Amino acid sequence: MSSKARFPIDFFSYALKGGAQYYAWLGFLGIFILLWAVGTYAQLTQGMIITGLTDQTSWGLYLANFVFLVGVAAAAVTVVFPAYFYDQEDLHKVAVLGEMLAIAAVVMCLLFVFAHMGRPDRLWHIIPVIGIYNWPHSMLTWDVMVLTVYLILNLVGGFYYLYKKYTGSPLNKSFYIPLILISCIWALSIHTVTAFLIGTMPSRPMWFHSVMPIKFITTAFAAGPALIILCFLIIRKYTALVIPDSVFHKLSHYITWFLGMALFLIMSEIVVELYPSTEHSFGLQYLMFGLNGLNKLVPWFWTAIFLMVVSFGLLLSPLRKNFTVLPIICVMLFVGIWIDKGMGLLLPGMSPSPIGEITEYYPTWLEIFVVAGNYAIGFLVLTLLLKGAVGVVLGDVKYDQSK
Amino acid sequence: MSKPTKPKCEERKSTGTTRRDFLKKAGTAGAAAGAASVLGSAALMANTDNPDAQTTWAEWFQGNYRLMTDEEKKEAVARLEKRYSAQYGKNVTVDDTPAMDGVLFGYALNIQKCIGCRRCVKACVKENNQSRTNTEIEWIRVVRMEKGQFSAGDMDKGYPPEEGHEYGVQVGGNAYKPAGVVLEGKHYYEPEDNKVPEKDAFYFPIACMQCEKPPCVKVCPVRTTYREPDGIIVIDYNWCIGCRMCIGACPYWARRFNWGEPNLPAEDMNPKTHYLGNRPRMKGVAEKCTFCIQRSRHGRYTACVEVCPVGARKFGNLLDPESEVRKILDRKRVFRLKAELNTYPKFFYFID
Repeated sequence: MSSKARFPIDFFSYALKGGAQYYAWLGFLGIFILLWAVGTYAQLTQGMIITGLTDQTSWGLYLANFVFLVGVAAAAVTVVFPAYFYDQEDLHKVAVLGEMLAIAAVVMCLLFVFAHMGRPDRLWHIIPVIGIYNWPHSMLTWDVMVLTVYLILNLVGGFYYLYKKYTGSPLNKSFYIPLILISCIWALSIHTVTAFLIGTMPSRPMWFHSVMPIKFITTAFAAGPALIILCFLIIRKYTALVIPDSVFHKLSHYITWFLGMALFLIMSEIVVELYPSTEHSFGLQYLMFGLNGLNKLVPWFWTAIFLMVVSFGLLLSPLRKNFTVLPIICVMLFVGIWIDKGMGLLLPGMSPSPIGEITEYYPTWLEIFVVAGNYAIGFLVLTLLLKGAVGVVLGDVKYDQSK
Repeated sequence: MSKPTKPKCEERKSTGTTRRDFLKKAGTAGAAAGAASVLGSAALMANTDNPDAQTTWAEWFQGNYRLMTDEEKKEAVARLEKRYSAQYGKNVTVDDTPAMDGVLFGYALNIQKCIGCRRCVKACVKENNQSRTNTEIEWIRVVRMEKGQFSAGDMDKGYPPEEGHEYGVQVGGNAYKPAGVVLEGKHYYEPEDNKVPEKDAFYFPIACMQCEKPPCVKVCPVRTTYREPDGIIVIDYNWCIGCRMCIGACPYWARRFNWGEPNLPAEDMNPKTHYLGNRPRMKGVAEKCTFCIQRSRHGRYTACVEVCPVGARKFGNLLDPESEVRKILDRKRVFRLKAELNTYPKFFYFID
């Protein structure tokens, strides 16, 4: 059998093999995937009425998680860019793992887009030539374009690298290096365009400001590498792959300053909005203090601020280099940014509505099943890709001509 | 009340295959099977004698209305008439009258006269076949505006609280009180004894402003919503993918979404429909006011204009100097809602 035909078989058969703990993890994800099936079936048959969305709050958890995960996808660049642009030797080996994370994150993004659509059966309408692609006018078409290309760049870049390792042949640098650098720049574009998507609507003053893209990028480059650190710690613990301490120190160093910038931008936004306190600040006021007696988001907002500020403080201290504390910091800031950028950003944009109505949004259980299931599918993809990739990097998955 | 969706479901069951089952089968067949086999199964379905299956499949494959040839439009209309007539048990017509030459529709509303009775809201629902329950859809919302209230008692509640300067050097005690047009989303008012107008309020009806530069159209990724030559912003319900970008972009909160399958009782269904207007919608698509396109394109007033008991609502051709709206624009004090957003609504507010 040729090496090209053999590669996916070897890759996935390795990825699917593991100990009891590994299968327990896959089974754990499987439970949520079953719940996803329940929620998705209900939504496909009955419509979006099974969600907590209303005409007032017409974008909710699905889009919030989409926005957040676009950032996670973009964050692969924090490993790949220094590895190749500044030629950091220790990051070379793990850069491909960053690309695997990007692929899994984009898969989750696509699942959330699918869940968000009222008519997923008609998605073919957006395909150029057979449908109508309202480009360049519609920002959503820009987002579709940059995300699709980003997925392709990472699939090609990641699997080209793995395939070359697998066959033991050298990389064609004049192909691989430009591809990697393009995908790094492209990573910025996916998050910038997603910020433009919601930031170009004057009907929603909460989002209508030019800090949005850079805030998106800074929060993404803090939350994304936090997840990468967690994955790398698990890989280092459970596999034979040696990931030097320097990799963690570098990543946590990046996180520190991206998080610092994000906090600075959050502060700027608060000052600019609340000092004059015009109608345009009602969204932020609703988020921070509640408005008209409705204050469901308030505890979420302050939890997010607490998590981000405390993790920033810890990152500035020598505890950043302590491998017991580091994962705790990563989880804290990941959750903090997930809140801030997910429901903390999306919902106050919806409430007050363009005619000033404050509405609270309560996601339904079925909706939460779909969200949890999308994450479970994403983490399943991530697990399999990382497991297979580690196998290839270690040399466990190798092309054997005798087979 | 009989459920309109019921006979449809039973009809589908009788063939043993619903559209969704079919889609699922097509889906599980995998991408490799390609469009050819799906088309094949559509053709198979078209050969069955189930009118519902035929129309649904053909509908699923039809293109965007704006780009259809006249022939295709005729076919699409015929399909819909057949499906709706079977579904609602009455002779439903689907009009495809295009825009008239030399017509640009405009609307003017006299906020001085409006009494907040909401007869326009009810007449609109009756005319335009909105979902009646779960979820209840209304295109016009009447927002209740509180009349300005200033009190001497609040004079010494200013900010900062400084002895001897309680009136407030920085903020007066009568700040934060609404007066005039302040959009606070109060459209759920219940007047005492159902009597309008209320003493302490005036009313501000809103609906789709039919902007000349509509933000909803710009953001639509599939151009299912677009501006017609007579200035009406329409939606091809069969092309909408339900992404709700338009709902996010509309500064007037004019768009509604069919969260579930719309509930339109057959006896309440208005059988005189237009393809781009009041024909029954399906789940998962956006909808909004179309200036009663099924009426206005035949030279009739919209349902809300007809029903308004105080004559607050005026409608006509902005290009005709003799039309009522044009005379209002010439002679009255008019303003547009949220004019600073440069959406250029063709819905004007005025006072005498």
